[in-house]
Amino acid sequence: MRELTTTRHNPMIDPQLAIWSWEIPVYLFLGGLVAGMMILAGMAMLRIARGDDSRSFFSLQTPLLAFVLINLGMGALFLDLTHKLYVWRVYLTFEPASPMSWGSWVLIVVYGVLLASALIRLPEAWPWLGRRMPVLQTLSDALLARPMLVKALAWANIVLGVALGIYTGILLNTMVARPLWNSAILGPLFLFSGLSAGAAMVHLANVVRFDRPAPDGMIGGAIAALCQPLGREPPARNTVDGLIRADVAFLAIELVLIGLLLANLYTSSASHAVAAALIVSGPYAWAFWGGIVGLGVLVPLALQGLELGQRIPHTVVPALLVLAGGFTLRWVMVNAGQASHVVQATGM
Amino acid sequence: MPRFGMVIDTRKCVGCMDCVVACQTENDVPRGYCRDWITTEVRGDFPHITMEIRSERCNHCDNPSCVSCCPTGASHVEDYGKVVLVTANKCIGCKACIAACPYDARFIHPDGYADKCTFCYHRTKDGKDPACVAVCPTHCMHFGDLDDPKSKVSELLRTRKHRTLLPEAGTGPRIFYLT
Repeated sequence: MRELTTTRHNPMIDPQLAIWSWEIPVYLFLGGLVAGMMILAGMAMLRIARGDDSRSFFSLQTPLLAFVLINLGMGALFLDLTHKLYVWRVYLTFEPASPMSWGSWVLIVVYGVLLASALIRLPEAWPWLGRRMPVLQTLSDALLARPMLVKALAWANIVLGVALGIYTGILLNTMVARPLWNSAILGPLFLFSGLSAGAAMVHLANVVRFDRPAPDGMIGGAIAALCQPLGREPPARNTVDGLIRADVAFLAIELVLIGLLLANLYTSSASHAVAAALIVSGPYAWAFWGGIVGLGVLVPLALQGLELGQRIPHTVVPALLVLAGGFTLRWVMVNAGQASHVVQATGM
Repeated sequence: MPRFGMVIDTRKCVGCMDCVVACQTENDVPRGYCRDWITTEVRGDFPHITMEIRSERCNHCDNPSCVSCCPTGASHVEDYGKVVLVTANKCIGCKACIAACPYDARFIHPDGYADKCTFCYHRTKDGKDPACVAVCPTHCMHFGDLDDPKSKVSELLRTRKHRTLLPEAGTGPRIFYLT
C-alpha cells in the first residue's frame, strides 16, 4: 500500500491538473485543420503555377477560409491566457527551446502567407470587394502573371502548413511531466489528422451551392467567397474524387500513427504505460475508441472507400465525421494528458 | 556564483506546517494558494508500515522544464544562486510551465501570472535563509550553496543517505530529502 496525503490545494492544480479547458483543444484542432488546408492549397497552387487550372477550385477560397478559421483558433488561444494584457511579450523575444515561441512566430508568417494566397482570386471570388478596391485586382493580376511568385507562395503554404501542423504535437511532446504526451509520434499524428480534417473541410466548403456567378452583395458575396468554387460549373467529379482519395490516404496513415503511439507508450516506462491505459481502457476509452478510432477514422474510411467504388452516393457524412474525430483527438489528448503523471519509482 | 539548494531531514520533520504559514506570510501568498506544502507518505501493510513527512515546494531544478518551454522568457534561471524565478510582467499566463513541471509546484496567481516558490530570493540573495527554513522548529530544513563543499547542505549530503523526488523526470531537482 502507498498512501499520499498532501496539504496542497492550489486551484487548477489539485486534485488533478486542469489548466487547459475547451480553448486549447479548439485551438489545436483549428490550427491542425488550417495546417492541412494550407498544404492542400499549396499543392493545388503548384498546379496553377504550372498552368493547369483544372483543380484550382480548392486553392482559391481555401486560404481565405483558412484565414477565418485560424482567427477563430487564435481567439480561443487568447481566451485561454490568464495574463492577457501581456500577450505582446511573445513577440519581443524568440526562445529557441520553446515550441510555443516557434509556434507564435510561425503563426505570424502564416497570417501573411494566407492573406497573400487569398489575394490571388479574392476580387473574382468576392466581386463586392473587388469593385471597391481595384488595387486588389491589380495585385491579383500581377501575382497570376508571375508563375514563379505563385510557386513560391505555394511552397510557403506547404512548408508553413507542415510547421503549423506538427509544432503543437512537439509542444505537448516536450512536457516531460505528462507521460501521455511524451512520444515523438504526436507531432506527425497531429499533422496527418490536420491533413484529413483539411481535406474534409475543403470538401464540405465545396458542397455549399450558391447561385452562379458569385452573389454581388457584401455579406452574401463574402460567404460565397469562403466556400463557393469559382466558375460556372461545379467542380469536376474526378477532382472531388481526388480529394476523397487523399483523405483516405491521410486517414490510413493516421490510423497507423495511432497504433505506433500506443506501441510507443506501452513499451516505454511504467509512467507511460499507465498514461496509455487512460485512453485505452480508462476514463477516456469511450472517446478514444468510439470518437477517434471508430467514428473519426474507421467509419469515414469505409464510407469513402464505398463512395470511390461508386457503391454509395457522395455525402457530407464522412467529412463531418472526420472533423468531429479530429476535434475529439485533441480533446482526449489534452485532457487525458493532463490526467497523466510521472509514476514514482523510487522507495523511501 | 552559488548554486542554492535545500536539504530536508524527513526524520526530524513532524509536519507542523510552520514552513507553509511562514511562506504565506513572508510572500503574501493569496488566500487559498500555497507555494509550499506538507506531504505525508505511508507505505507498507500493517504492522509493517513506514511513514515519511516532507515539506515540498519548487525544486529549482538544474534542468528546469518550466524554463525551456516558456515562450517569453518570463520563467528564467537567475545567475546568482541559479534560482528559478518568474518575471510577472513578462508572463502571458499560457500555463505551459505548469504543464511542464513534474512536481506541480506552480499555480496561476489570482492576478493572472504563473507563481511559485522563489527560495525567498529577496532574502537569500542577501545571505539570509528562506522564511520556511528560518522558522522550522525542528531545524529539519537547511539552505545553502551546493557548490560550496564547506556549506552545511554539502556536508549533510556527503554524510547522510538522501534522495530527491522523481529523479526519473530528469530535471535535476535541488531539494534533497535525508532518509
